[in-house]
Amino acid sequence: MGQFLNVALLVLRKDVAIEVKSREILYTTLFFAVSCVLVFAFALVKEGRVVEDASAGILWIAVAFAGTLALGRTFERERYGETLRALLLAPAPRAAIYVGKLLGIVLLLAVAEVALVPLVALLFGAAFFARPLLLAGLLASGTIGFAAVGTLFAAMLVRSRSRDVMLPILLYPITVPVIIAGVRGTVAIAQAAPDEAVAAMWIGLLAAFDVVFVTLALWTFEPLMTE
Amino acid sequence: MTKRYFVPLLVVTAAMFAYAPILIANAPYESTMGLVQKIFYFHVPSWFAMFTAVFICGIQSAIYLFRGRAASDRVAAAAGELAVVFGLLGLVTGPLWGRKSWGVWWQWDARLTIALLLELTFIAYLLVRKYGGPGSEKLAAAVGIFGMANVPFLYMSVNIWRTIHPPTSVVPTLPAGMPGPFWFSVAAFMLLLTILMTLRVRLEQQRAALDELYLALEE
Amino acid sequence: MLRRACLVVFSVVGSIAALAAQQPPGGFVPIEQLPPSEQLPSAPLLVAAYVFVWLALMVYVWSVWRRLGRVEAELRALEQKTRK
Repeated sequence: MGQFLNVALLVLRKDVAIEVKSREILYTTLFFAVSCVLVFAFALVKEGRVVEDASAGILWIAVAFAGTLALGRTFERERYGETLRALLLAPAPRAAIYVGKLLGIVLLLAVAEVALVPLVALLFGAAFFARPLLLAGLLASGTIGFAAVGTLFAAMLVRSRSRDVMLPILLYPITVPVIIAGVRGTVAIAQAAPDEAVAAMWIGLLAAFDVVFVTLALWTFEPLMTE
Repeated sequence: MTKRYFVPLLVVTAAMFAYAPILIANAPYESTMGLVQKIFYFHVPSWFAMFTAVFICGIQSAIYLFRGRAASDRVAAAAGELAVVFGLLGLVTGPLWGRKSWGVWWQWDARLTIALLLELTFIAYLLVRKYGGPGSEKLAAAVGIFGMANVPFLYMSVNIWRTIHPPTSVVPTLPAGMPGPFWFSVAAFMLLLTILMTLRVRLEQQRAALDELYLALEE
Repeated sequence: MLRRACLVVFSVVGSIAALAAQQPPGGFVPIEQLPPSEQLPSAPLLVAAYVFVWLALMVYVWSVWRRLGRVEAELRALEQKTRK
């Protein structure tokens, strides 16, 4: 268990170190998310007000799109440097590598969300911060769920053809429950009379999703990455 | 799946499908929806067949990924394709029924939405198999497993999502005279699934035999 | 044999699960209460659904048959070549 955690944290530190130095993926992901939000703004704002509840949807779509991009870029970097094969050859439990990459992606998305949530709340006048703790719980569990499935698929697609378009095709249908839960939970928080019970219920669903899919990913990572 | 059973099963399936319209025509009319409700006799069994195919694909994918049994991969491939086929049947007959009973083609009805999402997942499964390049069987297996594992979450989230919108109109508990033709249709579709699986698995087996022959020739 | 047993078991389980998921409706507007202008003829829809199901299944069976034929022809050709 100790070694597992050590390897995972080592992979995380490596990714963070690379990212802190170049900040390439962070900046591009963040800017892409902001552009997404603007595109949706122009599509959905009517007479200066956004269509009801759309602000929650815009937030989560931006996170999902930006997350897909970040996943693709992260593993493209691994593929380019051929570091993935090196990682897999290392005498380390494979699943720990998965956890390390997962933590890296979640961290990246968390930083992006810290910028994105206030921005969306501001642009669309949405009361996201009415229940900040619930919002944080929703975002955390949703991001982990999305990243859990995404990291596995992105890793397994690294050696496949047409990997760029395959990732969204595989990822989006499977993460629909995350989107539904995230959006409806955020709407429940942001509405005139915040419905805490509903938000808590959606967080519960997301937590269950996280547990099931992280477990599945840990289980299948090894056989998938072995030739 | 031996050849011995194939022809008798085929005959029985064909006979059941031939007899089904008679049963369906003689079934009582549903009081509020009239004639169009009869689509239900092959819409719901299509959904049953798709559901079954999804689970077969998921389980066989897991066996293939963890045990490496090539036969399981072949069955998973067949089941994945059939899930898409039966899903398509359900997704076309559903709106045709809905056009009359709801007045619109699509209304984000919970069940049809779940069917659509599963359909997309398994179309992705087929795309990975076809365009994934070498080693795509394993990638597809992961999609199959995750797709199957997602079913309860899809059910929960989409159903709760849909209760916010106006309720949908669907046949409630079956009135007298309907269970007979309904279960007959279900049995017919299940037999059809079995037959088509047999045929499709045979295709995979022959492909595998061909690959082996090519490999043997290279040596 | 085992595979067929599995198929049967899964189909039964799948049916039960799917049936259990059928929920009672929340209430709907009976067709008779709609004004006649909004009522659609049912028969074309029913016929269309039936025809589609048949056509789709026929096309699929034909597709599998054709693919099977091609693979088996290739197999036979290869076997003939190796025998020479």
